[in-house]
Amino acid sequence: MLREAPVIPWPSRDGSRVPFEVFTRADVFAREQEAIFRGPVWNYVALEAEIPQPNDFKTTFVGDTPIIVSRAEDGSLHAFLNRCAHRGATVQRQASGNARQHKCVYHQWCYNSQGDLVGVPYRRAVAGMGGYSADFAPKDHGLTKLRVASRKGVIFATFHPDTVALEEYLDEPLLAAIDRLFSRPIKVLGHMRQRVRGNWKLYSENTRDPYHAALLHGFHATFGLYRTNQRRVGGSDRARAHSTGATYGDDWRQAAQSGNIGQDKFVANYSLADPSLLEGRPDFNDGVTVSITSIFPCLVIQQIMNTLATRHIRPKAADEFELYWTYFGYEDDDEQMIACRLKQANLIGPAGLISMEDSEAIELIQRAIVRDGHENSFLEFGGLHADLGKDRVGEATIRAFWRYYAGLMGLSPAGGEA
Amino acid sequence: MSGATRQVYDDIRALEYRYARLLDDDQLEEWPNLFVERGVYKVIPRENLSRQPALPIMFCDSRAMMQDRVRSLREANVYNLHYSRHVVSNVEILSARDDTYEVAACYTVYQTDLEGQTRLFSVGQYRDVIANGDGDLKFREKIAVCDTFNIPNLLAIPL
Repeated sequence: MLREAPVIPWPSRDGSRVPFEVFTRADVFAREQEAIFRGPVWNYVALEAEIPQPNDFKTTFVGDTPIIVSRAEDGSLHAFLNRCAHRGATVQRQASGNARQHKCVYHQWCYNSQGDLVGVPYRRAVAGMGGYSADFAPKDHGLTKLRVASRKGVIFATFHPDTVALEEYLDEPLLAAIDRLFSRPIKVLGHMRQRVRGNWKLYSENTRDPYHAALLHGFHATFGLYRTNQRRVGGSDRARAHSTGATYGDDWRQAAQSGNIGQDKFVANYSLADPSLLEGRPDFNDGVTVSITSIFPCLVIQQIMNTLATRHIRPKAADEFELYWTYFGYEDDDEQMIACRLKQANLIGPAGLISMEDSEAIELIQRAIVRDGHENSFLEFGGLHADLGKDRVGEATIRAFWRYYAGLMGLSPAGGEA
Repeated sequence: MSGATRQVYDDIRALEYRYARLLDDDQLEEWPNLFVERGVYKVIPRENLSRQPALPIMFCDSRAMMQDRVRSLREANVYNLHYSRHVVSNVEILSARDDTYEVAACYTVYQTDLEGQTRLFSVGQYRDVIANGDGDLKFREKIAVCDTFNIPNLLAIPL
């Protein structure tokens, strides 16, 4: 069923060595579409709050495959290919909207909000010309459907018949991380997009990499928003595919104004000329100011102070992906809270004061690994035997990502088992 | 020209050109001074206009906040090394009242990397409110609405 696995020497069973060619080769990218994105995984596709009403829809992607996510008349959620079963044209051209039917413009084949074929022009021959035979069954020509599951309004889809139940796939404490952020109804505030000339897995690594945070992102340390002496907790699923981490903060405004910035970067008496950027009030009573949850293969859910967002990694080619941010607050936000979230949006996204560096770091890698594909990146920070549960500053979480990836891709060291 | 004089139109155009030149000449510290003290600067992805208030990706509502953004760019942030070129055109005064002008203009921003390669970075529209105070035109509000709402890599230097 799967195409022949690309020949990639996979140097380490522990995920501490990753050959550069997994970031550059088109055949690896093609294989990933089958083994990863259409494999036994749950892909994030949308938030229910984006399609609240019957017949609301949103077009998105699973891997690089275009799909439609839709809410049917009866309120149920559906996902199906955005590719006409007739000749393969894009059916729904809008990014989102409300439609009882999705009609292909080419020959006007028409599908309902569950992806079933409900209309075919000239199905019966007209004046003896055209038409389909008597045994043409519309139910055999619907849009290919994906299985859909939602956890607290976060919608996932899978192509694979054997994918385990969503709750089992996510596992504790990932479920707890989702339940915490989506404990009450959310309100989508808008989107941010950036197009990064790099491989999608470089972003997966980035969001499982606490080592870089205080070193690459100067704003954190400069304004006292992130310090290595802050208490951090984290967790993972049994399969170690996902990761979630939370940082407990002091009152961040106090930290920013006191000039107390820890050991990572020393800038004396630094503070904002206009501290209103950091004004807000805690969304939760647990003292967590930053939480980053990475769900294999393509979702990051973040809370950084009052900024709440999902980040959807949308691979486009071996050397390109789109990062699609859905920024939200809560339905019961008052005007002041919405204003504060809009202002704190400065912190994240493509122009984010604490996030703009990530895509640059990724492009710097992609630009430099054009040759020497058999050479490896080196992932031993924190020590190879670090306990994943405790190692919250090392590279254990990245190594776990690569072990899970290698398993799905059928990669193993020479002489080893697949 | 909505009642504005030729002279006002010329002055507004000069302000727009000066805005572009300061950014392109890397005089970022001068950029906030083109705004009034409580001036507003926003970059809004076009796709977000359907929701109000529209989610911006950059948002300052005081000159001090713009200064913070500049200081962050100078001292804290890491971004792609490049030269930028802002081209402002189609400057049009939409309304004039009490020395306050609503202005629309088109912008195009190119980026040139350190190997001398240029690419189109962003195209969109400025929606400005320009006020005449102390004989000096300044932005009370400048909103850059990005047609290019899929930002190539990242946005560091203001549009």
